[in-house]
Amino acid sequence: MEIDTPTRLSLYREMVRARYFEQRAYDLFIEGLLKGTTHLGLGQEAVAAGFAAAMREGDMTYCTYRGHNHTLLRGAPMDALMGELLGRANGICGGKGGSMHLTDVTKGAMGSYAIVGAHLPIAAGAAWAAQVRGTDQASVCFFGDGTTNIGAFHEALNIAAVWSLPVVFVCENNLYMEYTPIGDVIAVEHPAADRAPAYGLEGIIVDGNDVDAVYETALRALARARRGEGPSLIEAKTYRHGGHSRADPAKYRPSAEVEEWMKRDPIVLYRDRLLALAVEVGDLDQIEAEALAEVDHATELTKATPPPDVAGLMTEVWADGGSAWRN
Amino acid sequence: MAELTYRDAVARGLAQEMERDERVVLIGEDVAKAGGVFKTTAGLLERFGPTRVRDTPISEEAITGMIMGAAMNGLRPVGELMFSDFLATCWDIVTNQIAKTRYMTNGQVELPLVIRTANGGGARFGGQHSQSLENWAMAVPGLKVVAPSSPADVVGLLAAAIRDPDPVVFFEHKMLFPIKGEVPDGELVDELGTARVLREGNDVTLVALARMVPMALEAAEALAAAGISVEVIDLRSLVPLDTRTLLGSVTKTSRLFTVEENPRLIGWGAEISSIVAEELFWDLDGPIVRITTPHIPLPAADELEDLAIPSVQRIVETVRRSAG
Repeated sequence: MEIDTPTRLSLYREMVRARYFEQRAYDLFIEGLLKGTTHLGLGQEAVAAGFAAAMREGDMTYCTYRGHNHTLLRGAPMDALMGELLGRANGICGGKGGSMHLTDVTKGAMGSYAIVGAHLPIAAGAAWAAQVRGTDQASVCFFGDGTTNIGAFHEALNIAAVWSLPVVFVCENNLYMEYTPIGDVIAVEHPAADRAPAYGLEGIIVDGNDVDAVYETALRALARARRGEGPSLIEAKTYRHGGHSRADPAKYRPSAEVEEWMKRDPIVLYRDRLLALAVEVGDLDQIEAEALAEVDHATELTKATPPPDVAGLMTEVWADGGSAWRN
Repeated sequence: MAELTYRDAVARGLAQEMERDERVVLIGEDVAKAGGVFKTTAGLLERFGPTRVRDTPISEEAITGMIMGAAMNGLRPVGELMFSDFLATCWDIVTNQIAKTRYMTNGQVELPLVIRTANGGGARFGGQHSQSLENWAMAVPGLKVVAPSSPADVVGLLAAAIRDPDPVVFFEHKMLFPIKGEVPDGELVDELGTARVLREGNDVTLVALARMVPMALEAAEALAAAGISVEVIDLRSLVPLDTRTLLGSVTKTSRLFTVEENPRLIGWGAEISSIVAEELFWDLDGPIVRITTPHIPLPAADELEDLAIPSVQRIVETVRRSAG
């Protein structure tokens, strides 16, 4: 299929926004303003951008602790995400979530789940509700290669296939489960794709650093879901530019491998492609400048925002807004 | 007014709510075509069809995860875990996901769901199909915990649990399934977080839950013959906890005994005891006494299991020894 230029520019813009946002998150961690930990998706932006562009309003994104990209690119406001990372009053979850739990239900960003595998059955359940209610929603569930070894992965894949649920499972295979090469802990070559036949599904592999390829694959899988033909399991080959989390310098990766993948940076690749397609370099420069300005604005606004009101500590355990467990 | 078994009361409560609200759906292992291994969901597939009553694979993480996701997208699902012991296989979904998500998203996500499960010992099933696990759920912020003792309470509290906007773990005691009780006709909706004084008395308060309630009532009868006037409270719900009824009773009797089926350590009675000790210390005429299963896994043989779980005789003897 031919992707039109406005869509391509949009894909580029979204990848750049995600890149600059996460680079800023890294810098703020070094500054000591971002506490706890962060799991950055630097280098994996093409997966988030390609899928977000293919999804519609009403579709539901379920992602992991490495979920800044996915939440931002579904449309969550950058300043509210920054506020959550820094634990400020403008945080999208009021400071109760943090880096690993960014959520914006109004945009279909249904949560970032930090226990590996848990959100696969949850995403399947959201898709089941769409099926029962007869809506044309689909849910998309992103997870890492390490997730393919946990039970919830297999329970979710099986029931989603048996019930023909409108859910797309997307394995972002960045070659490492935390600090360990995925190849050391699986008996097959492809952690997700080679498991797909066990659930009657096609093993789909896509270059996760080629945003056009991701976008087209996403459109096909979402169309299949909406036609009622059931789930897809997509393995997107990609690479983390950094370590698993803030505590990880990622020294276990061979430098030749890192260099090879850095040459395949999805944003660099796409910039070159767009220029080859006769997009003006000035247009790309402008997109980058705008993204940087947006990140700067979100950062300054957040830094100027106070911590959350402490009254929020005891709210929203229950639907009545409170936390009372006794009369 | 009809006489119904506790087992049939489950199906009646589910049917009442499914009739009223098409968003209410039921999934679990063998709940549809088989009508449940305990026959608690018999007839629901025929009445409400395969879209709303659906069998699942043996996949407890899928069952609990799916009802969570469905609750996030407009349904009010009920998931059955065949035995409460299986909570251990999906404890991540129940405690890390279902219980915490509303709070962690600052109220963005509402989870109106019910996990129903067969709980408790006495059926000679051994240590992996007999546990009383209400206190596990009670220990996790964000879960409501209900355990009815009578058919009427099953209908009314199940309806209340399904209508509740928060996640509820609903413990059905498997030894109570065959018991019968009067259930009022028509729609029945009870209130979570309300205990009931089932027998009034002046000398001691016995607080009990689920299968321990009929035992406490029988013990109270025996103790009355021995001249001890016993007030029996059925807690019905651990979260929310009706401390007002509890504290009111102990203020009157000045003695408290808990009757718990869970193993001793950190059973629900420990929390009850703590509250009463803290708030009514100067009203007490003697120590709070907990009657529990010892801190052991449950055995299978008749004599051993009966010895482990609190019995009417043990309740009577304990109260007589401590309050006689």
